[in-house]
Amino acid sequence: MAPFLISLLILCPLAASLLAFMSARRMGARGIGLVACTGVGSSAVVSIILSVMLLSGPVTGVLQVTLWPWMHMPGFSADIAFMLDRVSMIMILIVTVVGLLIHIYAARYMRDDPGIARFFGCMTLFVAFMLVVVLASDLLCLFIGWEGVGLCSYLLIGFWYDDAANTAAARKAFYMTRMGDVALLCGLLLLATATGGSLRIGTVLVAVANGQLAPSGVNMAALFILVAALAKSAQIPFQTWLPDAMAGPTPTSALIHAATMVTAGIYLIARLHDLFAMAVPVMALTAVLGALTLLMGACTALVQSDLKRILAWSTISQLGYMFLALGCGAWQAALFHLMTHAFFKALLFLTAGAIIMRAHHEQDIFRLGGLRHTMPGLTTAFVAGASSLAGLPLVTAGFYSKEMILSGVWPAHFNLTHGWTLSGPPLWGMALLGAFLTALYIFRCVFIVFCGKAGTGTAGRTSRLMSIPLGCLCVLSLCGGVIEMPDTLPSLHLLRALLDPTAVLSHAHQPGWLVLAGAGVPLAGLGVAWVLWGRSSPVMREIPGQAPVIRPGRTGRGMDALYHYVFVQPFCLLAWLTRLDILNHAVTGTGLLIQAASARMFRVRADFLGMLAIQATRLIRWAGHLPGLLHNGRVRWYAAWIAGGLCAGLAMAVLS
Amino acid sequence: MPVFSFNDTLLLATALFSVGLAGVLVRRNMVFMLMSLDIMLNATALVFVGAGARWHDATGQVMFVLILALAAVETAVGLAIIVCLHGRGRPTLDADTGNLMEG
Repeated sequence: MAPFLISLLILCPLAASLLAFMSARRMGARGIGLVACTGVGSSAVVSIILSVMLLSGPVTGVLQVTLWPWMHMPGFSADIAFMLDRVSMIMILIVTVVGLLIHIYAARYMRDDPGIARFFGCMTLFVAFMLVVVLASDLLCLFIGWEGVGLCSYLLIGFWYDDAANTAAARKAFYMTRMGDVALLCGLLLLATATGGSLRIGTVLVAVANGQLAPSGVNMAALFILVAALAKSAQIPFQTWLPDAMAGPTPTSALIHAATMVTAGIYLIARLHDLFAMAVPVMALTAVLGALTLLMGACTALVQSDLKRILAWSTISQLGYMFLALGCGAWQAALFHLMTHAFFKALLFLTAGAIIMRAHHEQDIFRLGGLRHTMPGLTTAFVAGASSLAGLPLVTAGFYSKEMILSGVWPAHFNLTHGWTLSGPPLWGMALLGAFLTALYIFRCVFIVFCGKAGTGTAGRTSRLMSIPLGCLCVLSLCGGVIEMPDTLPSLHLLRALLDPTAVLSHAHQPGWLVLAGAGVPLAGLGVAWVLWGRSSPVMREIPGQAPVIRPGRTGRGMDALYHYVFVQPFCLLAWLTRLDILNHAVTGTGLLIQAASARMFRVRADFLGMLAIQATRLIRWAGHLPGLLHNGRVRWYAAWIAGGLCAGLAMAVLS
Repeated sequence: MPVFSFNDTLLLATALFSVGLAGVLVRRNMVFMLMSLDIMLNATALVFVGAGARWHDATGQVMFVLILALAAVETAVGLAIIVCLHGRGRPTLDADTGNLMEG
């Protein structure tokens, strides 16, 4: 039963995707939307059934299915195999339920777009690949899904391909994540050699725990996987692709860049946390990079003026929180924040999409304004999402997950080599500063967009098909956090009990003021935002960041320019050199030179020797042209060369 | 019913393959080149079937089905390219005329 259901879970969106792609334009917009929602919806139902099955089984139970042996050879084996444990259970619930809500919303949002079939084909295919990433029990099988989500994100970011800027953004996202994919492949090869040719997650973790891999090997493998996760999750130094990726339709941003794909890196590290636990320097690196990204993203979000870009930088910053938690070993906290982040960031993106749609595609927050009066429903939704993102105490889901991260970071301690140590409190301080900045930038956005005097005109109403998902996400992002509470509050630890049922809950008592600080700082941020951008004092309103200090931060150009000079320019130079065909010129030039020289030398003596020299130089020139014959563009010549090579190879094999 | 040995199959396949290869090399008409390519593919498929029969292993037949699909795809793509070229106003099937890339 379970194997069938697990396959069904992936097959439903896959089938919907095939239907959408093959329908071309024969199905109307309504039909396509229905197909896509049915596909994702049925996998949501299946994932709920599977979760019930898993939870009703033994506490350490795992549902497994091996669909077919993929490759088996001496020294290496890989299967198409899936595994549902409690970690992946949480992920499939997030992916399918949030994905379903986004699909319902998108069915209305994209209704008038001529490419809606292509859109939903890509979206449902994306969900299918994401489920492969989440469920795969073999790392090579996970890699299929990893590449698949990359492809779908490329297709969706460049969805409106008529605009050259959109396709450029899509390419950028593809290349940047591709760098990480190469690193992931390297890490997998390293692990495969260590475990004796199997990439089953269980086998890998056991092999690492048994010490089959030297400490340096563990560090290298963890580092490679970390680079892959950094690229997929747009962390420093790979953060540049995510803000540009907002070129795609808004539901895409909500699905890919908030709830699913960018969290794949976090999920991967959480899955392999036993491996990372043995690589202390890599853990420290993860934590430091996470903290830096968190601050950088928050600072950049503070000076943006495009509504969607604010949310994009906010995503980068929140993912930084998760990396910080992973680095400190609090992987449950990272997963918890991943979950609440999926709720509130999807809500924020979808609300922003609805606002932008009704405000005649105006994305600049300084031209919006006073929307509180014209869109009360959307205001409520956005404020709910914003409070959850800021982590306002007690009433929002974001508070509980952020609290869990903060309390996980405090006791962290890294013993690096050569007497260097890194302890939790500085990282904790950075996380706290990040929490303050988060509240500041998101409420800046709220105050500017919803308060004050009305900016651009608005039209229409938000249709019911779009407001139902918004309502559901509202409830989730406000109440979804109570499953795991800080120790100082009523100690309810459903999530930890779910993820790690065998572990005894340790009540490592931390200072009570930690929770108070974590609760107070967002409120302080809210207060400061009110003072700076609230209705009473419109001082900061007219300084949208044209100052020379702010401008590079606003666009993130510094990093782009660096990449341009370090990677793009040398490549262009190489291409230019190749176009000139420098080798050909060198050969021809030498020939000409020799010919000229010999003609001058032997001008007087037109004897045999002179003739010989001239003929020799002609020969050299001709030889220079000879390689050119190899690529004359004629297919039949190429076939002839291939056939010749084949004959030569056969002859060598026979005669030797 | 005559029984063919694996050796005979190999010989036939070699002959077929050579015919196909010669066709690709000699023909200038792109449709005929595609057909010759199919002959080559069929020759390899024949080897797989023969080997499957020789060692009583169904994998050879599986490979044959795979090659069949591959051949169909390759022909479809090739014909699509030819039709596209015609659409662009190149009313010729001569493979030798298309030796320049014009982005």
